Amino acid sequence: LEDTLAQADIIVGDEEHYERSPLAIPSKKLAMWLFIIADTITFGAFFVGYGFLRNASTNWPTPFLFSPSIINVMLMTFILATSGLAMSLAERKSRAGDKLATLKWTFLTVSLGLVFAVLHTREWFGLMHEGMTISHNPWGSGLFGATFFSITGLHLMHVIGGAIALSVVALGYRRGRYNSTDVEIWTLYWHFVELVWMFVVPMIYLMNIKR
Amino acid sequence: VNEAVRADSMKNDIIVYGAVLAIAGLQILLAYAGGTFGHHVIEMLGLATVQAALGILFCMHLFREKKLLVLTLILSPLLMLLLMNAFWTDSFRIIQMRPWAN
Repeated sequence: LEDTLAQADIIVGDEEHYERSPLAIPSKKLAMWLFIIADTITFGAFFVGYGFLRNASTNWPTPFLFSPSIINVMLMTFILATSGLAMSLAERKSRAGDKLATLKWTFLTVSLGLVFAVLHTREWFGLMHEGMTISHNPWGSGLFGATFFSITGLHLMHVIGGAIALSVVALGYRRGRYNSTDVEIWTLYWHFVELVWMFVVPMIYLMNIKR
Repeated sequence: VNEAVRADSMKNDIIVYGAVLAIAGLQILLAYAGGTFGHHVIEMLGLATVQAALGILFCMHLFREKKLLVLTLILSPLLMLLLMNAFWTDSFRIIQMRPWAN
């Protein structure tokens, strides 16, 4: 019933006693949207903090070379965007009731997310190998490491957390514990993670390229 | 949600996927092009906002939801993000090492 009717059409109990949902979406989906709003503000605060420090520093480092840093970022962007498309396909399959295809596309998404995490971690270790820590680097202001690791780390945590959540939901959907609405809700989350990356790339990487 | 709209959703997703990647490529080209730092910030933020808007409206399907929900979800974080910009004046004060009063 939930898959064929909009939430506004679903009345629980006696219509005389229950008003229709003014936002016309399931409660779980509203909760995810509210989480996304809260997370947007969290990332916004991190970005404003980064901009504040970058603007106020006279020796802000610009360490990212086209090769390997920017090429790596391009690859990571491609992988994350492709994972978003795969998740959209998973959501579509779940609405059609195709459990096997939903599982297949969700695990492709998870795999791409994990490849993204591996590439990101490799980049972190490369920068650490060059002497960059959270409070020090050989190129300039030590605050660069603090902002870089905190913003990319927060995003990486979201990717890893999302990969775990998607795996749980996909397996639960296959077993019948979760329905297509749950898959749709976690698709929203995954697209959000993808969109945050679209701000991380220009602000953190492209504004700090070595010329 | 209308089933006819759903049927068209994959086409939208693929178009948005292509547009997001194309904009990401454009950002890299612009990053290596000449221009002032302030100019680059506006370009980068502007293009990232376009990417986010495409994703939110078409991949996250916000355009299909009720207007009340759309307004709630867009205006509340936007207001918070705009309010955060109150800190910028202090950032400029720090680099010039003098309070605005002087």
